Amino acid sequence: MILTRNFARSDAHTLRAYRETGGYQAWAKAQAMEPAAIQEEVKRSNLRGLGGAGFPTGTKWSFIPKNHAGPVYLVINADEGEPGTFKDRYLLERDPHALVEGMLIAARAIRSATAFVYIRGEYVEPWRRFSAAVGEAYEAQYLGRGFDIVVHRGAGAYICGEETGLISSLEGKKGWPKLKPPFPAIKGAFGAPTIVNNVETICHLPHIVNRGAEWFAALGTTTQGGTRMYSVSGRVARPGVYEAPVSITLRQLIYERAGGVTGNGRLKAVVPGGSSAAILTADEIDVTMDVDGLRNAGTMAGSAGVIVMDETVSIPEALMVVARFYAHESCGQCTPCRESTGWIYKMTRRIVEGRGRKDDLDTILDVAKRGAGTTICAFYDGAVGPYISYIEKFRGEFEAMVRR
Amino acid sequence: MPRLTVNGQAIEVPAGTNLIEAARVAGVEVPHYCYHPGLSIAGQCRLCMVDIEKAPRPTIACNTVAADGMVVSTETDRVRETRKSIMEFHLINHPLDCPVCDQAGECWLQIYYMKHGLYDPRMTDEKVHKPKAVPLGPHVILDAERCILCSRCVRFCDEITGTGELGIFERGDLSEIGLFPGKELDNKYSGNVVDICPVGALTDRDFRFQVRVWYLETATSVCPGCARGCNLEVHVNRRRPHHAEGRRVARLKPRFNADVNRWWICDAGRYGFGFVDANDRLLVPTRREGETTSEATWDEAIAAVAGALRRLSPDEVGVIASPRMSNEDLAALRRLLDICGVQRIAAGVPVRAPGDQDDILIRADKNPNSLGAELVGLNGDARAVLGAARSRRLKCLWIFEHDLLASAWPDAEVLEALNAVEMVIFTGTNANRTSGRAHWVLPAAAWVERDGTYTNFEGRVQRFRQAVEPLGQALAAWDMLGRILAALGEAPAATRAEHWFRRLAATVPAFAGLSYQSLGDTGRMVARGVSASS
Repeated sequence: MILTRNFARSDAHTLRAYRETGGYQAWAKAQAMEPAAIQEEVKRSNLRGLGGAGFPTGTKWSFIPKNHAGPVYLVINADEGEPGTFKDRYLLERDPHALVEGMLIAARAIRSATAFVYIRGEYVEPWRRFSAAVGEAYEAQYLGRGFDIVVHRGAGAYICGEETGLISSLEGKKGWPKLKPPFPAIKGAFGAPTIVNNVETICHLPHIVNRGAEWFAALGTTTQGGTRMYSVSGRVARPGVYEAPVSITLRQLIYERAGGVTGNGRLKAVVPGGSSAAILTADEIDVTMDVDGLRNAGTMAGSAGVIVMDETVSIPEALMVVARFYAHESCGQCTPCRESTGWIYKMTRRIVEGRGRKDDLDTILDVAKRGAGTTICAFYDGAVGPYISYIEKFRGEFEAMVRR
Repeated sequence: MPRLTVNGQAIEVPAGTNLIEAARVAGVEVPHYCYHPGLSIAGQCRLCMVDIEKAPRPTIACNTVAADGMVVSTETDRVRETRKSIMEFHLINHPLDCPVCDQAGECWLQIYYMKHGLYDPRMTDEKVHKPKAVPLGPHVILDAERCILCSRCVRFCDEITGTGELGIFERGDLSEIGLFPGKELDNKYSGNVVDICPVGALTDRDFRFQVRVWYLETATSVCPGCARGCNLEVHVNRRRPHHAEGRRVARLKPRFNADVNRWWICDAGRYGFGFVDANDRLLVPTRREGETTSEATWDEAIAAVAGALRRLSPDEVGVIASPRMSNEDLAALRRLLDICGVQRIAAGVPVRAPGDQDDILIRADKNPNSLGAELVGLNGDARAVLGAARSRRLKCLWIFEHDLLASAWPDAEVLEALNAVEMVIFTGTNANRTSGRAHWVLPAAAWVERDGTYTNFEGRVQRFRQAVEPLGQALAAWDMLGRILAALGEAPAATRAEHWFRRLAATVPAFAGLSYQSLGDTGRMVARGVSASS
């Protein structure tokens, strides 16, 4: 256990406890390293972004223009809104100094003097804990000497977890994603080069600096290093957050860590990476939980929110709930997403309410496929994951409903 | 300058050109809603997808800058299908109320559906309902259900006027355009949002339900509302005279001119045409004797004016021309006054309150042709003309357009002058308190009823064209002046405004080399540093 190693201590969120367990030693070490050396170390560690996209962190950092004269911002995405995901909450509440220390290291690597932490509005306790940790870090002078952290609370919109939507919101605007190009690393928050990293990603940095890139890389697969925190929910005996190497299989996670399937005890389906990930059937769970393993299985690691459904779960109802979420959370900026999330929700609701028609299933699939890839941000492609996979993999269940 | 191909055609465009504009260079139209060349890139409508060689999927053209060697296709199967899909998304919640929508006939949803949509409707669920017929301000009304949320209006108010009245509220398919609390869409350019709205969401309160757009005819014109001379299209309704209570001019729309007004016009100009079809238009020449006013024929009126000019000594005649008159009118007047030897001439009259001005388009000088009047040499001392009338040195005072009783001059002085002169002649389009005191009233055609040119404050000479016939017996000022000249023995009256422009070009150095042809639709500058004619 790396990220969750201190979770059992009731005072793990305090500076004293963090220091007792070796805290801020990585920062001392990193201060003696050149920024380029830190970037290189992180690249070699195979650390990949743990917010959802799985992009290699060191590579992302390298997109900051060399010799940029003005400010560079580090932005921490603590908006954790992906349904089924609750790992960052634990980190903010139980080990907030790990994030502060990771931010110090990341900021040095990208030469940033100011960082923003964008915390989901509903996360009141995590915000209190993290703010207290920032206060302690200022007092202890880790912060305030060339590096400052601004804590910003969101107001509860899912889209503000999309990195450019987050930046818009941070800038005081409506949380609308921005057109790319330009990418944030070139022109991000307040027009300055900006790196947006997830909480969990940053929390890994002290360990990479302390124990070396090779150690970290060796924990995972050839293309993704380390462990990550899996949020397991739904019909399992012990729902919760489990840290595991990314090479763990979905079956191991469900049966060995989360205590197996409840309900009628028979697994029907699993969503492996938050609600935007395509659903897997019970016989598709022998898959490793790293970014590439799940991509090869036709789904995605996403935010590692594992949602387990037993045989008593109605997949059409589950899709309706997911569709309602995407219709509600679509920001409305660009047309395909704005219009079709609402439309698809209406169709799924009609199906569940027994007023579905056979055509509806093909219409949903066609609309989803036509809209995919046409939008400003990844939100709609995320919605398309469940739209298509739920129907294609459980078509019989849907057809039984529309025949009624 | 990047070189690229669009649909196989090789083109070269300035660096920084986006693919919509680059395609235009190749004569290819990329359908779009949210993109507007005068506004920032929003990328919201997603309609302008094109295929770029090696790109994994279609890309929006508005946010893609043309690059050297790019191979762009706008008509691949994939692009056509994408366009069709996007059209369907735009229309699923649209009320499809074209039969009662003012935008019908000039609506880009209709146009693009017919060109690029043509799918069979599949949306059978209840559409999203939103506010309808919401007045946003004095001129603009919103139907939120028709809105496709392209955000052009929002960007206009943010970026052009800087007034920021509009925003997009709510989320997802509940999103709607609206006013920020406490705001009203009452900036001086609010009507432009109607022009740039590609659909029927924002319509003109002045125009709506008046006439179907397909009955309208168009003439290119120039705004007479101030010294800027914004380029216009005049839309007139001659085919359905029973609509719009007989108003012939249905609306004015801005016409793009990069050097004058770009895409915009102000509300004062846009809605300032009401006088053309107003009840106070002067329709026939009239003669007043004492308290009795009677209609006269043009022959009688011209004979009376020509007779007075022949009979009186030049000292006894004063003329207050107007910077609202066209260059042609002024040239004809100049000629008439020259052959009569009249010296007491002026054009401008002081205004009661200074006009408003801003950094966008609006000029404080509310006359379209002050510089023209100056260049033609009619900018004498109006106060001196008035003084001559008050001291009974004038027997004839000829006033064009002005209502002297609405000027900055004290009413008492104006009344004294009007009472002291035995023959007051008024030439203008509409009745006013001054025309009511004239002995002869000569009805003039309004600017949309005739051809002509104005010289704007920067020296740009721009043409305006006849859109409708003059009301009643009104004549263009140059025409009536030409007839008076003929009555005085000059060559036969010219039948076209262009005659007087040619004369201007031949006699006033600033206009040398200009012709109606060379002015084209966007005008030409007068010669710099050339003084007015003597």
